[in-house]
Amino acid sequence: MIRFFKKHRPEDPDFWKAYEAKFSEKLPEFIDENEFIILDTETTGFDYDKDRILCIGAVKLKSNTIEVANAFEIYLHQEQFNPETVKIHGIVKNDPENTATEAEAIQQFLDYIGNAVLVAHHANFDIGMVNHALKRLQLPKLKNKVLDTMTLYRATRINSNLIDRNKHYSLDELAENLNISLKDRHTASGDAMITAIAFLKTISRLYKNERGKLKDLFKIK
Amino acid sequence: MKNTIAERIADFLKRFPPFELLKPHQLLEVAKEVKVIYKQKGAVVFNQEEAGHNQFYVVHKGAIAIQRNENNETETLDKCDEGDIFGLRPIFAKENYMISAIAEEESILYAIPIDSFQPIIKRNYRVGQFLIESFASNTRNPYSREHRGKLYTEGEEIPQQASPELYELQPVRYVKNIIGCEKNEAVSEVAKLMSEKNVGSILVIENDLPIGVVTDKDIRNTIAVGLFPIDIAVEKIMSSPVICYPKGLTIAQAQVAMMKHKISHICITKDGTPNSKAIGIVSEHDIIVSQGNNPAALMKAIKRANKSKTLRAIRGRVMHLLSGYLQQNIPMTHVSRIMFELNDATIKRVIERSIDKIGSSPPVKFAWMSLGSQGRKEQLLHTDQDNAIVFEDVAEAIYPETKAYFIELAKIVNKGLSTIGYEYCPADMMARNPNYTLSLTEWKKQFIKWMTDPGNNEILLCSIFFDYDISYGDSSLTNQLSETIFNHLDSNQLFLNALAASSLRNPSPLGFFRQFLVEANGEYKDFFDLKKRAIMPITDAGRVLTLQHKIKNINNTAERFEKLAELEPHNKELYLSCSYTAKALLKFRTKQGLLHNDTGRFIELETLSKEEKIKLKRCFKSINEVQELIKLRYKISTFI
Repeated sequence: MIRFFKKHRPEDPDFWKAYEAKFSEKLPEFIDENEFIILDTETTGFDYDKDRILCIGAVKLKSNTIEVANAFEIYLHQEQFNPETVKIHGIVKNDPENTATEAEAIQQFLDYIGNAVLVAHHANFDIGMVNHALKRLQLPKLKNKVLDTMTLYRATRINSNLIDRNKHYSLDELAENLNISLKDRHTASGDAMITAIAFLKTISRLYKNERGKLKDLFKIK
Repeated sequence: MKNTIAERIADFLKRFPPFELLKPHQLLEVAKEVKVIYKQKGAVVFNQEEAGHNQFYVVHKGAIAIQRNENNETETLDKCDEGDIFGLRPIFAKENYMISAIAEEESILYAIPIDSFQPIIKRNYRVGQFLIESFASNTRNPYSREHRGKLYTEGEEIPQQASPELYELQPVRYVKNIIGCEKNEAVSEVAKLMSEKNVGSILVIENDLPIGVVTDKDIRNTIAVGLFPIDIAVEKIMSSPVICYPKGLTIAQAQVAMMKHKISHICITKDGTPNSKAIGIVSEHDIIVSQGNNPAALMKAIKRANKSKTLRAIRGRVMHLLSGYLQQNIPMTHVSRIMFELNDATIKRVIERSIDKIGSSPPVKFAWMSLGSQGRKEQLLHTDQDNAIVFEDVAEAIYPETKAYFIELAKIVNKGLSTIGYEYCPADMMARNPNYTLSLTEWKKQFIKWMTDPGNNEILLCSIFFDYDISYGDSSLTNQLSETIFNHLDSNQLFLNALAASSLRNPSPLGFFRQFLVEANGEYKDFFDLKKRAIMPITDAGRVLTLQHKIKNINNTAERFEKLAELEPHNKELYLSCSYTAKALLKFRTKQGLLHNDTGRFIELETLSKEEKIKLKRCFKSINEVQELIKLRYKISTFI
């Protein structure tokens, strides 16, 4: 039946089916039982259509622990080149030895994330970039639940009239306020690690004395 | 696949033993297997008697307390700081842990799997040796003595006192990093070197042998009085010969030698005579500092600290001093004054260092104001930092760059203070916030604005900003601010009334049946909020009453009430009891804070003894009475 409505799309590749199949499982109730994938992407720019992902870095977090051996880091072959953003991320040349095509990268990424909850700072951007890459591969959007460290952090700020509740916090500000060292800024993996620590510290501030439930995190606006 | 994170972890590890002994590729292999673990403050890494984990730990950020529980008494054996390793027992034996490891503050740990590290230990003898030594040092109590308190002695090496009677017979610690000069160097150059290195003496060295000492005093007695020109060779003014001793000199000997020769520095040479190589120097300062946690030694240490980490370590010792004072029941007035001076010196030192870091001196005069509890000289524990900057008025053209300079400075200072342990203010009332780094005129306008239109926010801000104390800089600026406030009070009864009303916003902390009112919900449900229900009311009351009398430069609540007792003899008794209450509450909070390693704000009532409860209730009585007085004086009932 579903095929009928999506008739424009060809048959989904196996890796997508495998990814999709993982979502039949329900996510555990408590935060500490869940697996989180904290990710960051470096891109050629901010335009979803024109710009491309250069690198995806991600770490897997479960019960306050990140295994370095389990980190994800992949560099993509560049079709687009924007000399302006090179200044930020420092990825200049294509190194064919170590780069993957967009299709390969996305396939590996889906395999890595499974049905885990995705976490990123200003998550809309990173998820949007990945979704556009999926679209180019004629695949649907990511099915994972998503959390944004910016939103979560904002909820930890005290409720005071003296603070602008709608202020936006950059990853740098977050790191400064949470005392996280800012080495490795602007490498996808480094940013993912910083975001992961920020996520952990934020969660512990939100749930100081109790065991937090996953569903409550999605209610934070 | 490339692994940036593993590379960064390897970069961190290689700064510390035993990892520094590994080859880069070995280290990277180890780093790839690391697990990064986050521990909330108070979380357990492992417990005594727990089966050994298949990994050991390195502290990346934060601090871990190593504790041992014996006969129901928990003793903290060691504190592991950045780069320290712990939990080594499983490497050596398949036994349960003999100690517990608990996160003393929010920490990030690197866990290193033993399986992947075992081959390295086998191949590298020195790595194995190091692990065995550190294992011995933080597990078995008596042997760990010399290694203990590593955290506290960071950067400033202090021998631990074994036992008081033996103290004087311990070998003296000497500074191995000798600051020396040649005999024909000009005194002016030598003096510059001494200032730069922040030392009081310098050794004149020829062919590695010490031929003389020049101290501050020598320069004063010769150059400053005009005996010699300032560019004379240093050999003309040096004290010679140098008093030399071999290493192993005891503290008692060193003290006697200094007194005998009327000198403040002793040179340690290889064989104890001036005819062998100089290997170190002992100063009176070092001996005083080695006497441990007395205020004078701490003060000296603070003034010489060159790293935030050192200051943080000194803070640890200050806290020891504080808990000692409280145990010995030293009067609170005395305790809070000493703590204030030490805190104040720490803040000053941080600001000095921050100015150095920026590299250019402040463009105009400014004052760093500590607000809130530090401003009231009531900050005994580490609470949040509240601060602000006022700077001299400048021409409009250079205003932006002037302000930018101070914001930059504030960022560095705020960060430094946070490293030491003053947490960031959750409401961002810190100088790095552009709203609170203002020129004198802007501040005056700000205060007047708050006072003429006193809404709830404005009153709250006033209650924080009116208790300012100058920590650094030019006091004429802060004095002018006080003048503005007082001048504006005359024409503004409304403001005083609003302030008085707000001081009553937290009514008596006792319920109808004289039971304690505890928090009804939230994180601290069923805890008693000492700050909100007792300390704030008495502080607010003190502030509004002294403002009315225009008392300047007294911010401390207890002192405010003492002054009030003087000014209003008919209320003397009440005010004195309020002064006592302020001190008692502060002591309560400090004790609770030390006990639970937090700000001491929330009290678990069950943990209080009967006597303590009675004491607390007595305090509430005074609060009640002074609130009644305020109600009558400012006719608050008509406002509510």
